[in-house]
Amino acid sequence: MTALLSFEQVSLRRGGRPLFERLDLALAAGGGLHLTGPNGAGKSSLIRLAAGLLRAERGKVMAGPLALADEHVALDRELPLGKALAFWGADAGMEAMGLGKLAGVPVRLLSTGQRKRATLARVAASGAPLWLLDEPLNGLDEDGIARLDALVAAHRKAGGAVLAASHRPLGGRWTEVRLGE
Amino acid sequence: MISALIVRDARRAMSGGVWLPVAFFLLVATLVPFAVGPDAVLLGRIGGGALWIAALTAALLPIERLVESDRAAGFLDQLTLHGVAEESVAFAKIVAHWLTFAPLLLIAAVPGSVLLGMEGEALERSLVALAVGTPALAALAVVVAALTSGLPRAGSLAGLLMLPLAVPLLIFGASVSGVGGQGPLLLEAAISLILVAGAPFVAGAAIRAART
Repeated sequence: MTALLSFEQVSLRRGGRPLFERLDLALAAGGGLHLTGPNGAGKSSLIRLAAGLLRAERGKVMAGPLALADEHVALDRELPLGKALAFWGADAGMEAMGLGKLAGVPVRLLSTGQRKRATLARVAASGAPLWLLDEPLNGLDEDGIARLDALVAAHRKAGGAVLAASHRPLGGRWTEVRLGE
Repeated sequence: MISALIVRDARRAMSGGVWLPVAFFLLVATLVPFAVGPDAVLLGRIGGGALWIAALTAALLPIERLVESDRAAGFLDQLTLHGVAEESVAFAKIVAHWLTFAPLLLIAAVPGSVLLGMEGEALERSLVALAVGTPALAALAVVVAALTSGLPRAGSLAGLLMLPLAVPLLIFGASVSGVGGQGPLLLEAAISLILVAGAPFVAGAAIRAART
């Protein structure tokens, strides 16, 4: 089975401090990797490496088409949520995250949890086989978590893969990768 | 995606502070007669240069909002993940900035030139000079915005960076406004072209380098 994401002997330093060295990862269709580790262990940096937004100091990172949800909303604050998501072609993801009623509300008025749902809706509507989720549960209520779990399960069942960094347990079966040890 | 980005950037510029650089430009142009006195001959001689100094300082104002807010909001990251090269992002930003900056500046340059004692042919010359120079001003603004995004005190740093880079443009632009003739105009156009052609690559590299 072809890997949707693979790290070969990847090392990364940030600010002169090694975060991880000679790390190997592989994520195939249907797979789920759960990154854990203390604050500052390099979970977000690993996700940004996988996204191609950072360059590895050594080693090889290979990834196919992917979508990223991190702490940044990346939606225009003054626009209604529906239009802001439509810029990314992601307005179709709103219903799945329970945002249907908020389509006309400006992004700047949304709560933390609602913004989180919006970033996850963008990932869900992206059509990319690989999802990168950085602390996807932050700010989500129980309904939001249930919706995310359902989306992730459906995505993996359909042949997608998910790499998620989270301090809290995620629904479903995951392979845990612990950083910072 | 590029055209959507141009429309989006232009819309955001229109909805926030698009008049500020223009008002600033007119204000600086108004200050000159107060500072040097209302002598029409003197004003006519220095008017072309003064108009350019006003245009340059006005071009500094929008720099802070051009790139930094999109970087901080993760917008630039998402564009990259959607397959848009950083150079294309920079190009779209230059076009959008030019569209929302240049036409208003040219309109304001009409009363601005008159305030500086330039009428008739001199007014025509200064409008041509500004029209040729504004793409370069927009390109420089985006480059400097990308280079300073994420830095503390980016606003003042932007001025220090942009003004020296604009000196060649200022020299030939002001001589087109003041003296006229085909030579200075061609040289101004050449410099404008170089800046516009190089800017997307410099700004694109700066956006990549600013990632953490």
